[in-house]
Amino acid sequence: MVERSPKLDFLAHVILILGVVVIAFPLYVAIVASTHTAAEIFQSPMPMLPGPHLVQNYREALLGTGNAMGSNAPVARMMFVSLVMALTIAIGKIVISLLSAFAVVYFRFPFRMLCFWAIFVTLMLPVEVRVGPTYHVVASLGLINTFAGMTIPLIASATATFLFRQFFLTVPEELVEAARMDGAGPMRFFWDILVPLSSTSIAALFVIQFIYGWTQYLWPLIATTSDNMYPIVIGIRYMMAGGESLTPWNLVMATAMLAMIPPALVVILMQKWFVKGLVDTEK
Amino acid sequence: MAAISLRNIIKRYGTGPKANQVIHGVSAEVADGEFVVIVGPSGCGKSTLLRMVAGLEEISDGEIAIGGRVVNDLEPAERDIAMVFQNYALYPHMSVFDNMAYGLKIARVPLPEIKQRVDKAASILELGPYLQRKPREMSGGQRQRVAMGRAIVRQPQVFLFDEPLSNLDAKLRVQTRLEIQKLHRELGITSLFVTHDQVEAMTLAQRMIVMNAGRMEQFGTPEEVYARPATTFVASFMGAPPMNLLKNGPNAALGGPSGALLGIRPEHLEITSDGWALQVETMEMLGAERLLYCRMGAEELIVRTHEGQAAPAVGSTIHVTPRVDRLHWFDTTTGHRL
Repeated sequence: MVERSPKLDFLAHVILILGVVVIAFPLYVAIVASTHTAAEIFQSPMPMLPGPHLVQNYREALLGTGNAMGSNAPVARMMFVSLVMALTIAIGKIVISLLSAFAVVYFRFPFRMLCFWAIFVTLMLPVEVRVGPTYHVVASLGLINTFAGMTIPLIASATATFLFRQFFLTVPEELVEAARMDGAGPMRFFWDILVPLSSTSIAALFVIQFIYGWTQYLWPLIATTSDNMYPIVIGIRYMMAGGESLTPWNLVMATAMLAMIPPALVVILMQKWFVKGLVDTEK
Repeated sequence: MAAISLRNIIKRYGTGPKANQVIHGVSAEVADGEFVVIVGPSGCGKSTLLRMVAGLEEISDGEIAIGGRVVNDLEPAERDIAMVFQNYALYPHMSVFDNMAYGLKIARVPLPEIKQRVDKAASILELGPYLQRKPREMSGGQRQRVAMGRAIVRQPQVFLFDEPLSNLDAKLRVQTRLEIQKLHRELGITSLFVTHDQVEAMTLAQRMIVMNAGRMEQFGTPEEVYARPATTFVASFMGAPPMNLLKNGPNAALGGPSGALLGIRPEHLEITSDGWALQVETMEMLGAERLLYCRMGAEELIVRTHEGQAAPAVGSTIHVTPRVDRLHWFDTTTGHRL
């Protein structure tokens, strides 16, 4: 703001506080609900302060020892499945996009621009659009209920390829020439020079793709049928299968909290990397 | 160390009838250990020529030989050369030591020898305390020295410099120029140095190639190029302020062929009491000397006087006599020296 009047300051603070409350309050309710028993939650009004059952609830959720109508699957297993899926998708997307952007920018081959535009066109084909044919292919290959079946259809990324292509175009031509003079072949140049220079982009994309992989719902829903292959977001849904009054809301909230921790950790840890990358100016 | 041989080098972009030829048959022999500067205005093809020697551009026609070996089909790394770029081209994420060691690492030189070569280059260039720094933590002049260090450790037969001083400020340019001269004296490696700055060319070259529009106009020592320019282009390019070229000068009176261009450098016009009548239009005071921008009829001339002489008033008429042992005659159509 150019003008600083006490009234505008106050208004700004009020709006910001309201925003924080709107976002943080449901989170707070979830945390509180995960520390009471199911019966206590159903009292009205719902208790607003954390209760004593935190450890018990989380242990029940993680190990799947409850006896509700919905899924009792151990959340620990579901977190593992989600983690494997998110990591595979994030790392797979980054590796594949780095290589395809490298090819498109630094090599001349027939149909190069056609390939580039074909990749571009796949932006119009998110999972939701191609779910039918993809399911057919994955099922025919016998990959239902496997990690491969859950991750491979999601492992190529046009956005990441673009990002890397744009970045590679900013790398000065002379760096490539200096590397040539030093005797570095293409893959050597890629590994020793291009990848380290792209580390900020890689960090940013890792966060985005990890969260994308972690929150995948539609595809795992279709591609898995046994409850030891459910990712955690689907697990939460199945825990609520018994109807509102029979759902163990305390365990559901505990599971939801557990589901939020890894992505939050990834964002917090990676933030340090971006800031470092943005602060270092390069020539 | 090796001699470089350029034999009728031609560069074309594109193929067939629409091909654009940018270098028209350049031939030159550079002796072993010689420092040759390729100088010319922007777009004359000097960088293209250098890059063909380096292997970064295809040679459309002709041969380049380094040390007696024809290198047309060899990769840059196989030609035993090293290049210093205008923008330094240092690897930003590697330390100075790693930047200099990279080429040797790829060539699988053993680590102790890498360390020894890098340390030696660092001591020649006074980079010892900076070996663990990254390029972004260094000034432009230091970065350029790292780039030179990277070239030195390869112990090549030929050094190639592509306008390395253009990104430096004026004072640093002079300093780095002296360092390059010192380096050449110490190491004696055959060098090709490209620049558009004729001062750099005059001070650094043992011989220079003056290029214009893809053609080599003259290949000689700085003295030859300055005192006996082969074409009007060389005459006006070398020397600041440039040589005066008169279309309708008093050729007959000076014993020259009629219809030729008369060339006389500003410092060779002496102010006398009689001689050519010039009207002073503008005067530039440069400290040690003055430049008088004058007019004689339809011709414009520059006269250089030193600050000791009396300064003529702007608008007045002065008389100059050319030094008759410093006249140059050029053919009007071809521009060649007569």
